[in-house]
Amino acid sequence: MRPNNRLNTEPDTAMSDTPLSLAQVVAETHPARAAEDAKNPRECLKIDNLSLFYGEKQALFNVSMSIPEKRVTAFIGPSGCGKSTLLRCCNRLNELIDGVRIEGAINLLGENIYAPGMDIANLRRRVGMVFQKPNPFPKSIYENVAYGLRIQGISNRRVLDRAVESALRGAALWDEVRDRVHESALGLSGGQQQRLVIARAIAIEPEVLLLDEPASALDPISTLKIEELIYELKANYTIVIVTHNMQQAARVSDYTAFMYMGNLVEVGETKTLFTTPRQKQTEDYITGRYG
Amino acid sequence: MSAMRNHFQQWMNSGSPWVWFTAGAVSLSLVMVFGLLGLIAGNGLGHFWPSRLALVELEGEPPVLMLGELADHETVAASRVRDGGGTVPEGATVVKRLLLKRGNRDLNEQDFVWINAPSIKRLEYPTDVVAIERREWGNLYGRIKGLTENDQPVPATELPARLDRALALREDIDHLEKEEIGAVNYQIERLRLREKAARKRGIAEAELEALVAEKAALEASYQALATKLQTLNAEIGRDKMLFETITGEQRPVALSKVVRVYAPNQLSTGEKAAHYLRKLREFIAEQPREANTEGGVYPAIFGTVLLVVIMSVFVTPLGVIAAVYLREYAKPGPVTSAIRIAVNNLAGVPSVVYGVFGFGFFVYLVGGSLDQAFFADALPSPTVGTPGLLWSALTLTLLTVPVVIVATEEGLTRIPRAIREGSLALGATKAETLWRTVLPMATPAMMTGLILAVARAAGEVAPLMMVGVVKLAPALPLDGNFPYLHLERKFMHLGFHIYDVGFQSPNVEAARPLVYSTALLLVFIIMSLNLAAIRLRNRLREKYNAAE
Repeated sequence: MRPNNRLNTEPDTAMSDTPLSLAQVVAETHPARAAEDAKNPRECLKIDNLSLFYGEKQALFNVSMSIPEKRVTAFIGPSGCGKSTLLRCCNRLNELIDGVRIEGAINLLGENIYAPGMDIANLRRRVGMVFQKPNPFPKSIYENVAYGLRIQGISNRRVLDRAVESALRGAALWDEVRDRVHESALGLSGGQQQRLVIARAIAIEPEVLLLDEPASALDPISTLKIEELIYELKANYTIVIVTHNMQQAARVSDYTAFMYMGNLVEVGETKTLFTTPRQKQTEDYITGRYG
Repeated sequence: MSAMRNHFQQWMNSGSPWVWFTAGAVSLSLVMVFGLLGLIAGNGLGHFWPSRLALVELEGEPPVLMLGELADHETVAASRVRDGGGTVPEGATVVKRLLLKRGNRDLNEQDFVWINAPSIKRLEYPTDVVAIERREWGNLYGRIKGLTENDQPVPATELPARLDRALALREDIDHLEKEEIGAVNYQIERLRLREKAARKRGIAEAELEALVAEKAALEASYQALATKLQTLNAEIGRDKMLFETITGEQRPVALSKVVRVYAPNQLSTGEKAAHYLRKLREFIAEQPREANTEGGVYPAIFGTVLLVVIMSVFVTPLGVIAAVYLREYAKPGPVTSAIRIAVNNLAGVPSVVYGVFGFGFFVYLVGGSLDQAFFADALPSPTVGTPGLLWSALTLTLLTVPVVIVATEEGLTRIPRAIREGSLALGATKAETLWRTVLPMATPAMMTGLILAVARAAGEVAPLMMVGVVKLAPALPLDGNFPYLHLERKFMHLGFHIYDVGFQSPNVEAARPLVYSTALLLVFIIMSLNLAAIRLRNRLREKYNAAE
């Protein structure tokens, strides 16, 4: 069941107006994914009894939840509740911090990403991430988008050109930058930079896209563009978004998880959670009584 | 009273005193910097301006005549002059005295003499006197009485043309000696070493014959060059001029010994300016003469710049790599902190200590071992086990590497976490992130480190005195003989040159202006090197700016 029908299009026709649509590329390379029936989402990420410690301090307490494929799942909650930490567990980015200890498991399509011997670089190729503040590299727009591909050793100009264009189209940025892809990415506006970062993430065709408050540093119009983009992207990607903004969560997500003090309080379909929350804490938060 | 105190209190509280105080400190620094530069520039640049020749007649029987440049003047207590045996008019408490540069060092006892102003009977600037700059023994001041070719008189008006001829011949001779004969000698020496090595390991008869033949060919070409040199030397000695001092003493002066003849009292301002520029060019572009007190400092400029360049080539990668390890890979902890503190302290070790270390470690240990291993044929004369350019560059590398490490670490720290995470989140490994994103963004910081390193290294003299700098180097470290860059050679350096000219010179009065000129040049070169590096850094900054 799809809570939002505003953009109810089939994945492979989502961008059929452009000759190089991302959907087509995906359809070529991942026929199984393209053909996936939208009505019965598979389980993409399964968080299993996950706890995280910063040294002695515990930041996540036995979180378990399931994130469906090709849907938007939002994490909401007050500052410091652990939603970003949980998000960053999904691509093991927390391990960069000294003294972090993680217990439990996260399964990506049935494979535990915390299993010993996991190729972390490969995991991060499959689980892309966009950060709160736009963080383009001080390179050209083109090189920013091609970065992930170059890391994978792809240097064929034509392959790169094609991938860069389709990623920029996918992030709804192509029309704005098509004439200046070789200029510095730092010359773009904040909203454009954030879409560039999204293009950079989808250029390597991940399975999951983690968005950590992707619009919180942007003005309302840029925020709207990012939200529209999220609608479009969920046709092809499983999206997990952390947001402070409950309206945003309500607008863009299919499922919402409410977290408080490191605990997962409630998770459910967005409509249900916002209209009839089961937990008192959730109700207090979404009605603005605290947080 | 209390109103005034209130007012004062208000003024204190307003913060203005603090502004005045800080601005005063800045002004004082500026005054000191510009005062220093002004002093050096004034003293150094004035040296090349041709000064007039003064004819001084002193009281006495018979009157004493002196000719020379008035170099300096001062006022001293009369008692001091009396004690020195000078005559001072009765009742005078102070006496003005003049320093006269008499030149004619091979004729007079003293090059420079102090003259008490009261004893001067006559002081004038005759127009017919000339100054003759020579290759040796300093300037001659006097009159030219005639010109001879093979001891036969020729018209004196031919002097400029004949002098030009002599100078051209001198250039040919220098070229022949330095370049051609130098190259042949170099080859002969290499052949000798090859032969020695071959004999040591046992040699085939045919091989020996080949060597002997080769040697004979080289000897022959050497002989040919030597003959040519002899002819040139005979040619250049053809013309002489007859020189007369102000007191009427006459002597012949070979044109081959003369650099330049001019009549300073006849020169117009324009001609003086032209003379000034020629002297300036000579100072920058030519070899030194007369124990470094005349001529140019080109070898020292060359040595200084080359040393700094070679040091940069070593210090940048070393410092950057060390900083990357310390910042990116080393586990933070007591050991890392200890290393960091040690690196910082290393920057404070007196430079002469590095000189001692460089001498003991690089020259004796490393150089000596290399000699044993690779240049045993040339022993007992050392090849690389002796102070030289490479060891100096390495010593300066050690001296400046802490600066580069600290600056690079700082730069790496400043790179936003978001950029690293952005790269890692795209599936890059840590090394890929470092190479593709972090290090390029840290290049401005590395340049800052290099700028500081260059500024420190270019001014160092003390350590160099132990590991490679010399008063006069026979050849530049870069020449036409394979392998072109001779890192084992000794070299000249502007900093050491200043010390040498100023304090080791046999003729202190003559050398003093050169100390200033050389100091000015050193400051100028360091500034140019720094400006070049700063421009490069600013361009890099522009490229990577707005990344935070």
